Amino acid sequence: MTFEEIKKVTQILIEFLPNTLKLFAWTLVLSIPVGVLVTMLKKCRFKPISWLTNLYILIMRGTPLMLQIIAIYYAVPLIIASAAKSGKTGGIYDLLTNLKNNENYMFIALVTAFVLNYAAYFAEIFRGGIEAIPKGQYEAASMLGMTKMQTFFRIILPQVTKRVIPATANEVIVLVKDTSLANVIAYAEITMKAKQQMNLYSSIAPLFIAGAFYFVLNAVVTVAFAVIEKKFDYYK
Amino acid sequence: MAILEVKNISKSFDSLKVLKDISFNVDVGEVVAIIGPSGSGKSTLLRCINQLEKADGGEINVDGANMFRTENGKAVYAPSKTLRDIRLKIGLVFQNFNLFPHFSVTQNIIEAPVHVLKQSKAEAKSACNELLKKMGLETKGAAYPCELSGGQQQRVSIARALALKPKILFFDEPTSALDPELTGEILKVIKDLAKEKMTMVIVTHEMAFARDVANHVIFMDDGYIVEEGSPEEVFGNTRNERTKQFLQRFNDR
Ligand SMILES: Nc1ncnc2c1ncn2[C@@H]1O[C@H](COP(=O)(O)OP(=O)(O)OP(=O)(O)O)[C@@H](O)[C@H]1O
Ligand SMILES: [Mg+2]
Repeated sequence: MTFEEIKKVTQILIEFLPNTLKLFAWTLVLSIPVGVLVTMLKKCRFKPISWLTNLYILIMRGTPLMLQIIAIYYAVPLIIASAAKSGKTGGIYDLLTNLKNNENYMFIALVTAFVLNYAAYFAEIFRGGIEAIPKGQYEAASMLGMTKMQTFFRIILPQVTKRVIPATANEVIVLVKDTSLANVIAYAEITMKAKQQMNLYSSIAPLFIAGAFYFVLNAVVTVAFAVIEKKFDYYK
Repeated sequence: MAILEVKNISKSFDSLKVLKDISFNVDVGEVVAIIGPSGSGKSTLLRCINQLEKADGGEINVDGANMFRTENGKAVYAPSKTLRDIRLKIGLVFQNFNLFPHFSVTQNIIEAPVHVLKQSKAEAKSACNELLKKMGLETKGAAYPCELSGGQQQRVSIARALALKPKILFFDEPTSALDPELTGEILKVIKDLAKEKMTMVIVTHEMAFARDVANHVIFMDDGYIVEEGSPEEVFGNTRNERTKQFLQRFNDR
């Protein structure tokens, strides 16, 4: 490829970079709180809820994210089609039809798949963090008359946060790269665009350029987490 | 006047009977030392009194309020409001300090006064400075627990417990996690508190210290109190055979 062509490919990838970033940002912002929720459900004293949560985590971590994306993306139209065939209508089917006809349907399906998947991983990280806090911290708080809420938010959570930063950083780095899986349903992110350019120019250079994009993004993520980790460095 | 009444406490973990029938009183201003072999149930007893474990039977009264009693063979605890009031009247110093690592020394000490007793920060801080001075830690307010020696950490944890102005302070082997050369500074702090007539119950393996500071010594073995009395009686004129063996081992060291 000529220098001009490389420049052109780079420009195209820059143009579609926001789609990659959008998927990354939405997944990150939603999957962390959902992960906290899943941790709490898993720790729920009502056993059936805890078991169901375990099953969910098992499936999400035990099967490929790519399959999950495809399944969620095609499930909605397939459900609607089979409902139409058997003449079923009403509430849920109208809702699904509306969802499918939404101009952002593809993005919604993608974010749903990513959040469900990543929340399962985050939940396990958070659970590990919570379980690593020594019992003595709860006992000291209780001896000081602190309520359960005060104990959790003032004593436990800050310490859990510090402990889960390295594992969370790992997950986020994987997430940057996993956004490329969205190309399986033809979401116009940079891997899909790079593949198109590869075919156009009969050259694998576009893939290297896309690779450089992920590399730079992850350099930023790595630095950001190093800064956060440093912020928590004031105690051991 | 008895500020703590413990009557016929029993406690099991599954099938293991740890406390079998424990009764004793603590008077205001008294210092009680609890000694006894490992596994005899000393920590469990303190934890039951401090509501960190639930006793199976018996009765405990703190400062005139009933914490729990036994009705028809079942332990019945007071309403949570009463339990909370009782809890704020007693403090516990742990063997391994259990300071909050993400809080500075000052934050550790003012956390409960500010967030539990709802004191103003200024008020809590000035009380905190007093306590730090008393503990010889006036320069350490801004330090974090990980920057302190074990002895300093234990003094912070004593200050943290004292900040709630407890009527009784319990210690569970306050020097056991410390290097031998650091135990002295903790024992001195406790002695100073005893001089101020602070009511204390101290589980300890420091026999010389127990003899020196306590008004009353309790020897526990296998879930029972097998001997108790003044330090002179228990150490000087030991009657029980188990106590004799136990003390013999300490003298041999
Ligand atoms: N949470 C628990 N679950 C089951 N068994 C326990 C528990 N806590 C204590 N025990 C058992 O109860 C017995 C008494 O323990 P405890 O810690 O009260 O002894 P102790 O007198 O404080 O001993 P030490 O001098 O070693 O601290 C021991 O046999 C111990 O293994
Ligand atoms: Mg013990």
